[in-house]
Amino acid sequence: MFNSLYFAIPPAPALFAQLLVGLINGAFYAMLSLGLAVIFGLLNIINFAHGAQYMLGAFCAWFLLNALGVGYWAALILAPIAVGIFGIAIEHLLLRHIRGLDHLYGLLLTFGLALIIEGVFRQQFGSSGQPYAIPPELQGGRNLGFMFLPNYRAWVIVASLLVCLGTWFAIERTRLGAYLRAATENPVLVQAFGINVPRMVTLTYGGGAALAALAGVMAAPIYQVSPLMGSNIIITVFAVVVIGGMGSILGAIVSGFVLGLVEGLTKVFYPEASSTVIFVIMAVVLLIKPGGFFGRVG
Amino acid sequence: MKIAAIFGLTASLVLTTAASAQISGDVVKIGVLNDMSGLYADIGGPGSVEAARMAIAVFGGTVDGKKIELISADHQNKPDVGAAIANRWFDNDGVDAIVDVPTSSVALAVQEIARNKKKVFLISGAAASDLTGKACSPTSVHWTYDTVALANGTGGAVVKAGGNTWFFITADYAFGHALERDTTRVVEEHGGKVLGSVRAPLNTSDFSSFLLQAQASKAKIIGLANAGGDTINSIKQAAEFGIVEGGQNLAGLLVFISDIHSLGLQAAHGLQLTEAFYWDQNDATRTWSKRFFDKMNRQPTMVQAGVYGAIMHYLAAIKATGSDDGTTVVKQMKATPVTDFMTKNGKIREDGTLVRDMYLFEVKKPSESKGPWDYYKQISVIPGEEAFKLQGPNQCPLVKG
Repeated sequence: MFNSLYFAIPPAPALFAQLLVGLINGAFYAMLSLGLAVIFGLLNIINFAHGAQYMLGAFCAWFLLNALGVGYWAALILAPIAVGIFGIAIEHLLLRHIRGLDHLYGLLLTFGLALIIEGVFRQQFGSSGQPYAIPPELQGGRNLGFMFLPNYRAWVIVASLLVCLGTWFAIERTRLGAYLRAATENPVLVQAFGINVPRMVTLTYGGGAALAALAGVMAAPIYQVSPLMGSNIIITVFAVVVIGGMGSILGAIVSGFVLGLVEGLTKVFYPEASSTVIFVIMAVVLLIKPGGFFGRVG
Repeated sequence: MKIAAIFGLTASLVLTTAASAQISGDVVKIGVLNDMSGLYADIGGPGSVEAARMAIAVFGGTVDGKKIELISADHQNKPDVGAAIANRWFDNDGVDAIVDVPTSSVALAVQEIARNKKKVFLISGAAASDLTGKACSPTSVHWTYDTVALANGTGGAVVKAGGNTWFFITADYAFGHALERDTTRVVEEHGGKVLGSVRAPLNTSDFSSFLLQAQASKAKIIGLANAGGDTINSIKQAAEFGIVEGGQNLAGLLVFISDIHSLGLQAAHGLQLTEAFYWDQNDATRTWSKRFFDKMNRQPTMVQAGVYGAIMHYLAAIKATGSDDGTTVVKQMKATPVTDFMTKNGKIREDGTLVRDMYLFEVKKPSESKGPWDYYKQISVIPGEEAFKLQGPNQCPLVKG
C-alpha cells in the first residue's frame, strides 16, 4: 500500500522521461545560478535579492498581461528590462555604498531587500499566487513515445541553453567581457585605462537582475506567479552556485543542469529526499573541494 | 496566635481554590498560531486572526466581566518553532487557548503541550485525524474538518462514481500520511484498489516527476493528498502534462476556495471537493462572509470561518461556567450542541471531533460563474455521522469501550 519501492527500478523509457523532466528543472537552476555567478564574480556581492528579482520578473509578466494586455513574448523582453532598471537603481542607491566592505554586508543588505519586496507582494497578493496561462503558441505537447512532453517545457530547455551559452560567451569571449573580468581583478588599473568601472559594475548588476527576471517570466506559466516563488528556489540555487564554484560562469551552468538531473532521479528512487539531496551534495563538495568544482580559488 | 495563623492559612487556601475556579490572571487570552507567510498563509494566516477579532468583538471584548486579549504568531510550518511559541505563550504570556494551527505536524506538537498544561486547543486549520485518534486530548476540540471527513467526502464520492484504482501523490508529513491512510481505507471499503503512492516533500514547486510516476501507474484516479501551494502546483502541472486527456482523473482531497481563486476556473473547473463551509450557501453564511470580506477583501476559507465559530463556542462556555480552566471549559463545550452560521446541530464527540455536516462541491465552469469568488455548486450534503464515521475502532484512549 505505502510501497514507494514500487518504482524502484522503473523501465528504461520511464527513466528517460524522468531525466528529461529533471533537465527542465535544471534549466531554471542554471539560469538563476548564472545571474548569481555573474554578480558574485564581478561585484563580489552575494545577491540574496536574486529570488525576489526572479519573482518580480514573473509578476511583471502578470501585470503586463492583466493590466496592459501585453502577452508572453513581449514580456520576455519587457520584464527583464524593467527589473534590470530596478536592479540598477538598487546598485546605484544602496550597494554602491558598501563596495569594498566584507561580503557579509552585501549579503545582509540584499537579504533585507528580498524580505521587504516579498513582504509587500505577499501583503498585496496573498501567498497562493496568480494564474498565468501558457502562451497559445506553446500549448499542448507531443508524444515522444516514452513520455508526453509539453511544448512549453521543450521551449524552456532550448531558451535557457541559449541564454546560458550567450552569457558565457559574452563574459568569457568578448572584449566587453574581458574588461569586466579585468575590472574584477584590478579596478584601479582598468580605470586608469579610461574605462568607467563604477558604471560597468552598475550595469552588470542590472544585467544579473534582468537574467533573474527572464527566468521568472519563463517560470510564470509553469508555477503560480506567487510572492513565495523566489524564496522557494533561491536557497537551492545558492547550493548550486556553491557546488559549481562561487563566481564561475561555466560552473554555474553545468552544475545547474547536472543537479536538476540528480534531483529528478532522486524523485524516482527516494522521493522523500528530493528536497534535501542538493544540500547533501553541497556539504560533501565543501568537504572535498571547498572551492567548488569549477572554482578559481580553493 | 497559632490559631490565628491556622485560620489565616485555611482562609488563603480556600481563597486560592476559589480563585482557580475563576478566570486566571483576570484576563482570557487567546493565541492564534498559524502559517502567516508561507504556502498555507491564505488558508488561515492573517484571515484567521481577523476572524478571531470578529468573534471577540461580538462579546464586546469581555467575557464574565474579564477582558479578552488576542495575540498571534507565525509557526512557519515548523513543529519546533510552533512548540517553542506554545510553551512561551502558556508559561510566560498567560495564554488560555491556542487556536487554528494548520500543518498537522505542528498541531500534534502543540497538542501535546496543551494537554500537559491542561490548556485549551481549538483546531481549525490542521486536518490529521490522529489529533482525535491516538493522540487525542481532553482539552482539545477539532473544530472544522479532518482527514476522515475528507476521505469519506471526496474519496467516497469518487470511488462510488467508478474511480476504483488510485495512485496517491502525498505530502510527506503527518497530514499527508493521515489523508492517504484514511482515503485508502474508504477506497478499499468500496472495493477499490490503491496501486501505489509517492511521497513529495512539503512545499515542492515542480510536481512533474511525481505526475509522470502517477501516469505510469495507469491508475484511474490520481489522489492529491496535499494542500495549499502544493495542490495548486499539482493541478496546474497535471493540466500541462495532459493527465486528464490521457484518461486519468485528479481527486483533490483537500482543496480550499483560496486555491481555486489562485488557480482560476479555467484550470480548476470540474474538480470535486469537500468543505465544511462555502460563503455563498445561505443567508447566514453570506452575512458573516460579507463582514469578513469588508475587512480582508477576500472571501473566507472554511478554516477562517471555523476559527470564528470555535472561539464563539469557547467564550460561551467560559461565560456559562465562569471559569477559564481548560478541562472545565472543554467539558462544557462538549456538553453544548453547536449551532452557528456554518454549523447545524453539531456535536463534539468524546474524542474531541466536532461532528458536523460536510458538503460536496463541484467547481463551476468559467461560463457558469458570475465573477470572482463565485466558484462552487453544491452536489450533496454529507450528514455529520456519515462524514466523520471512522473505519475501524476509535483509537482515542478517552473513549471508553
